[in-house]
Amino acid sequence: MAAKWMNNGIVRWIDYRLPMFSFLDHELNEYPTPKNLSYWWNFGSLAGIMLVIMVATGIVLAMHYTPHVDHAFDSVEHIMRDVNYGWLLRYLHVNGASAFFMVIYIHLFRGLYYGSYKAPRELLWMIGVVILLTMMATAFMGYVLPWGQMSFWAATVITNLFSAIPLIGDHIVTWLWGGFSVANPTLARFFSLHYLLPFVLIGVVMLHLLALHQHGSGNPLGIDTKGPQDTIPFHPYYTVKDLFGTGVFLILYLGVVFFAPNFFGEAINYVEANPLQTPPHIVPEWYFLPYYAILRSITFDIWFISGKLIGVILMFGSILILFLLPWLDTSKVRSARFRPIYKQLFWVFLVDAIVLGWVGANPPEGKFIIIGQIATAYYFLHFIVVMPIVGLIETPKPLPASISEPVLR
Amino acid sequence: MLIAGAAQAQDTASTAQVSERHWSFEGLFGTFDRGALQRGFQVYNDVCATCHSMRQMYYRNLMEVGFTEDQVKNLAAAKEVDDGPNDEGKMFTRPGRPADRFKSPFPNAKAAAFANNGAVPPDLSLIVKAREGGPNHVFGTLMGYKQPAPPPEESACRVTQEQKQANGQMKTVVTAPTIGDGQYYNAAMPGCVIAMPPPLQENSVTYADGTPATLEQQAVDVSTFLAWAAEPELETRHRTGVKVLLFLFILTGMLFAVKKKVWRAVHH
Repeated sequence: MAAKWMNNGIVRWIDYRLPMFSFLDHELNEYPTPKNLSYWWNFGSLAGIMLVIMVATGIVLAMHYTPHVDHAFDSVEHIMRDVNYGWLLRYLHVNGASAFFMVIYIHLFRGLYYGSYKAPRELLWMIGVVILLTMMATAFMGYVLPWGQMSFWAATVITNLFSAIPLIGDHIVTWLWGGFSVANPTLARFFSLHYLLPFVLIGVVMLHLLALHQHGSGNPLGIDTKGPQDTIPFHPYYTVKDLFGTGVFLILYLGVVFFAPNFFGEAINYVEANPLQTPPHIVPEWYFLPYYAILRSITFDIWFISGKLIGVILMFGSILILFLLPWLDTSKVRSARFRPIYKQLFWVFLVDAIVLGWVGANPPEGKFIIIGQIATAYYFLHFIVVMPIVGLIETPKPLPASISEPVLR
Repeated sequence: MLIAGAAQAQDTASTAQVSERHWSFEGLFGTFDRGALQRGFQVYNDVCATCHSMRQMYYRNLMEVGFTEDQVKNLAAAKEVDDGPNDEGKMFTRPGRPADRFKSPFPNAKAAAFANNGAVPPDLSLIVKAREGGPNHVFGTLMGYKQPAPPPEESACRVTQEQKQANGQMKTVVTAPTIGDGQYYNAAMPGCVIAMPPPLQENSVTYADGTPATLEQQAVDVSTFLAWAAEPELETRHRTGVKVLLFLFILTGMLFAVKKKVWRAVHH
């Protein structure tokens, strides 16, 4: 049942030469989607919308920003004060980063709960992890650009981590910096890469959608669709549901932008960078806090390997381990709805991630050290030990025969 | 500080008192009191500008505060600003214009530090956003001086500890951070110590509109002015936000209705 626009001669002329209309018709209009998707399935489209908003606001901001240490901070204030609606562009962009990560983390946890990473969607999941890594690199470099105190010192702390690499570490850091400390060459190249990576991200997102459309969306029951009785066309059902979800999301996002635009930020980043004055507490933005906690949890050396290096390895490892998830989880059942033991451990893991975030926000002293170490240990235990074992020993609940079965009588 | 045996320390050394005030620009519909803004500018101009720059402000911005164009021109012209090179290649000074940035008291950071015991008085354009507590912190700092400094038992940063005495008994000892040369007690500062001498006194400024210049009045006015300077877009932002959210609530409500109608077909 082709779309009505195919009756139009011009549309048919174009489509014969460049099949964009039949492509859109199939991928959006007809594309069979499970009929039982819950609102947890809205977050993919929300992420796409955030990417568009970030690129649009970013491109206009870049027209007014100066990537030089003597002018960067002032150029951002120029945007805030003199550029028409510059304050809006800036607040949309900085809070857009928080919104983007919030959406992506919910999207990721949806995947963890419903087994979205399981066969045949392993590559879809792994491309998603690549998206997460690219987002993190982009956000890290973007935070440096305003050249506030936190911009400078976060850049100093994180780039210095690479010196932990044996033998070549210091050379790598000098190469990254373009000099002997975070300075103008660093800012300039971070600006260049911050502009580049979102477009790499767009390409990876297209791969993500390509992989998705190969086998279609998962669903809350975790069982495959068996035929047209289990699916509905994406349009109008999920287009209208996504639009509604977007409305709800925009209320929250724009509520923050207009009424609490500095809620997620650090006050000290409104002080211009001073290489000679270290702030009392150096913390990243909230979306990096769990990894920061993991990094700082290793306060001891093991044999000849420095605690610093182990911390760096674990910090990167905490995301790289996600690549292995399809194989670490041994369960034949996808959805946690039918996995009574894993279901509880999912919530334990979520609490663990939040605890790690809370630890990362606080100075590495006193009770925070031991709590951070326990939370880090559980994080890795969850993936390396708990998931393989639970999949093997768990007795899953009986799965429904099909998606439409609970409805058809 | 001696801590012997099982010491129980109440760590208040980093506690800063932040007084919570009601500000005219608070909330969804708050506005900057124009009178406070003009008085606050006068406090900045007459007192604070001796040491503190406000480089992100231009004299033309003062038109938003209620000054007329002529008043702004006069305020700017009262300052001599650097300019140049002229056609002879020489740098020169001239009276300020509305298009100029606020004139800084020092030509560069080094001169500022030299004149201030090695510490650079921070630029005040963003101070309200650059400190936890915002305008409450700025107000609290201006009001937080106590001269002479209070004894340890009354310091806002006192640390109460149980110390084991020579005779084996526990005694409660209260200590407070020492205030060095060139420093002053201030309850709003982390550590209760500040390098800035109390900048304001009763009537340190004579207000052009005749308002009595009590210490609290000056502190409120200059805090309001600085809050505006840090966020001049605040009123527009809130106004626009109300319209945007109202629009979104209605739109989202309608989208919900449409979603329900479309999905009735699936849910039978």
